[in-house]
Amino acid sequence: MTAERSLELSVPARVEYIAVVRLVVASLAIARRTLAEDRIDDLKLAVSEACTNAIEANLESGADNPVVVSCWEAPERFEVCVADAGVGFDPDDLPQHPPVTDPDRLNFERGLGIPLMRSLVDDVRFESSPGGTAVWMTLFGGPEFGDETTEILRVVISEQD
Amino acid sequence: MELGLQVDDSRAPYTVLAVKGEVDVYSAPRLREKLVELVSDGHRQIVADLEGVDFLDSTGLGVLVGGLKRLRSHDGDLTLVCTQPRILKVFEITGLTTVFKISESVEEATGDRPGNE
Repeated sequence: MTAERSLELSVPARVEYIAVVRLVVASLAIARRTLAEDRIDDLKLAVSEACTNAIEANLESGADNPVVVSCWEAPERFEVCVADAGVGFDPDDLPQHPPVTDPDRLNFERGLGIPLMRSLVDDVRFESSPGGTAVWMTLFGGPEFGDETTEILRVVISEQD
Repeated sequence: MELGLQVDDSRAPYTVLAVKGEVDVYSAPRLREKLVELVSDGHRQIVADLEGVDFLDSTGLGVLVGGLKRLRSHDGDLTLVCTQPRILKVFEITGLTTVFKISESVEEATGDRPGNE
């Protein structure tokens, strides 16, 4: 089913904003969806990784563009899109780390963000071009069968809509 | 949230660095600076107590990997204390549980036994 946008945040490309973004996205997911606590933790981490990459991409491009984070909802899924205006990259051509058994592994402090994202959420898609990158992260799990707290929060939010 | 970094050097030869708060790209540089400072000051057996860490991302992992590399190049070591599933999971996904020594308590990491004074 088509997902509808339920939130859009435009944040300056500065690292101090990442904590705010993950808090807002996680709070929305808790309120709207039936997701176990560890899935919310997974989402927070994946969103944080995507924002880190987006902010770096914007800073590297030299333009002072914001990072745009949007949440999209359909009955069966919750999606988060993190979009930057960087120079883009090929997600299929990422450098590989040596295996953890190789002492050279310690020479690699970076490059763990995308593998983490891929492990943490149900689906990750990269739409990248020289004009920017949008990372789409999906968690499946509907809003039905929520616990009482989730239900109350959902009612409060729907009344505000 | 401010990153808490508290050093306890009362367990020689170990130096315990208690980390509290969220470790991400914003706060990780302070953790890196503290590890570099400790190594520069001659500390070689560092125990990073992550029990107070609420959130750790790949930048935080990178800083810990860098700290381990720095210490090993000085014949030292970096041991982690971590029992929280949400933090352990990040090490497990990235395979870093086989790179770091991960203990369940500071006492275990420093070889102390409860009640042994």
